[in-house]
Amino acid sequence: MIEIENLSKTFTLHNQGGAVLRVMEGAALRVAPGECVALTGASGAGKSTLMRMIYGNYRAASGRIRIGGLDIVQAAPREVIRLRRETLGYVSQFLRVLPRVPTLDVVAEPLRALGASQDAARDRAAELLKRLNIPAPLWQLSPTTFSGGEQQRVNIARGFAHPFPALLLDEPTASLDAANRAVVLSLIDEAKARGAAIIGIFHDEAARARVCDREIDVSAFAPKAAA
Amino acid sequence: MTDTPLLSVVGLTRRYGAHLACGDVSFDLWPGEVMGIVGESGSGKTTLLRCIAGQLAPEAGRVMFDTRADGPRDVLRMSEPERRMLSRTDWAFVHQHARDGLRMGVSAGGNVGERLMAVGARNYATIRRSAEDWLTRVEIDPARIDDRPTTFSGGMQQRLQIARNLVTGPRLVFMDEPTGGLDVSVQARLLDLLRGLVRDMGLSAIIVTHDLAVVRLLADRLMVMKAGRVVEAGLTDQVLDDPQDAYTQLLVSSVLQV
Repeated sequence: MIEIENLSKTFTLHNQGGAVLRVMEGAALRVAPGECVALTGASGAGKSTLMRMIYGNYRAASGRIRIGGLDIVQAAPREVIRLRRETLGYVSQFLRVLPRVPTLDVVAEPLRALGASQDAARDRAAELLKRLNIPAPLWQLSPTTFSGGEQQRVNIARGFAHPFPALLLDEPTASLDAANRAVVLSLIDEAKARGAAIIGIFHDEAARARVCDREIDVSAFAPKAAA
Repeated sequence: MTDTPLLSVVGLTRRYGAHLACGDVSFDLWPGEVMGIVGESGSGKTTLLRCIAGQLAPEAGRVMFDTRADGPRDVLRMSEPERRMLSRTDWAFVHQHARDGLRMGVSAGGNVGERLMAVGARNYATIRRSAEDWLTRVEIDPARIDDRPTTFSGGMQQRLQIARNLVTGPRLVFMDEPTGGLDVSVQARLLDLLRGLVRDMGLSAIIVTHDLAVVRLLADRLMVMKAGRVVEAGLTDQVLDDPQDAYTQLLVSSVLQV
């Protein structure tokens, strides 16, 4: 489902004399449907950079990232927009929403974008918010005022609202208590069971061991020192 | 996925005397897409928008619009009546200052109804019902239907302008700094409204703004302009999070974190 070959990444800092940072070279991995793969490596090793490239958020310098047959590196913006709407979900660490939009609608939004009716989308959103223990009286409020852990759970509910065939999870269990952490892990298990290909970053080792089938150490993709 | 862009701009160029306002701008806009154009004041973004919308004549270039009846046609080569019809039906233009897009001496209902009448609606009751419906959709109390926009707040005037523009069910909306000059809380409300309308009506839109937070929330794609040229274009979050061009890097790093 997700295939990466010979991927490299550089950052050119034009406002610092055009310095070029080579941050990744020769990255390669494959994730099959129903498989969950963890990205590991020390802080700064490039886990988030790789994940952002897979989402099309960072531009690759060279190489290929194929998701469901589409090469993100070469794809036109509208193809990536469609891929993100239908195929590729992303649960980031930060919830970015329009102020004043009720939590229920924030979570329902990905389904609305796919053409679901307002009622159907809200029903699914309510089901997820309930499972993730967000109290119903909060559903009509904007999540911008919620605590960190609540925002994190809203973000997870939003990411799991549509059954994406491919999912990227950035620290989905960080800042959650044991009960909610268990809910998130079972959501991941269910996604795997329906055939989703998942790539995750988990600092929570126990969580990683429980849901991930393999680990990939991104330090192996660091550029060789002599260049 | 349809294979015909709704709008295809090719090599659009406009000068003011020796000054290049926009040079050789080309892009495709697909149905349902929202594209943001950002850049500092004087970078040519409003000139570009006005050239595309047929309000300014460019010196060179084509603006191909996928018309309902005849497929893609060059808007710049249409007759004046044809272009006027387009700007009343399939196109809408939301001005930065609501006063430029509204008739201030006419009631709120009249402002919305007028556009319907321009495309042939004659039944008074139907027009009034549609005006009431649109006032509600943009969150203006329908009881204010007979009040003039001069009695409205700035945010209400802007929402009324949007109702007036969208009542004919356009397919392409041009917006010039739609949230400029509004309070932050009013801006948020307007953005939420615009995003809902874009999604529910399947609109395509081009939004000119200098506010990067606005494009991050509203636009799927982004074009960055400097001195009349497009220096970078791509997915909005990619351009903002991993800018490639020197000017875009400066622009993004100059924004106060919110």
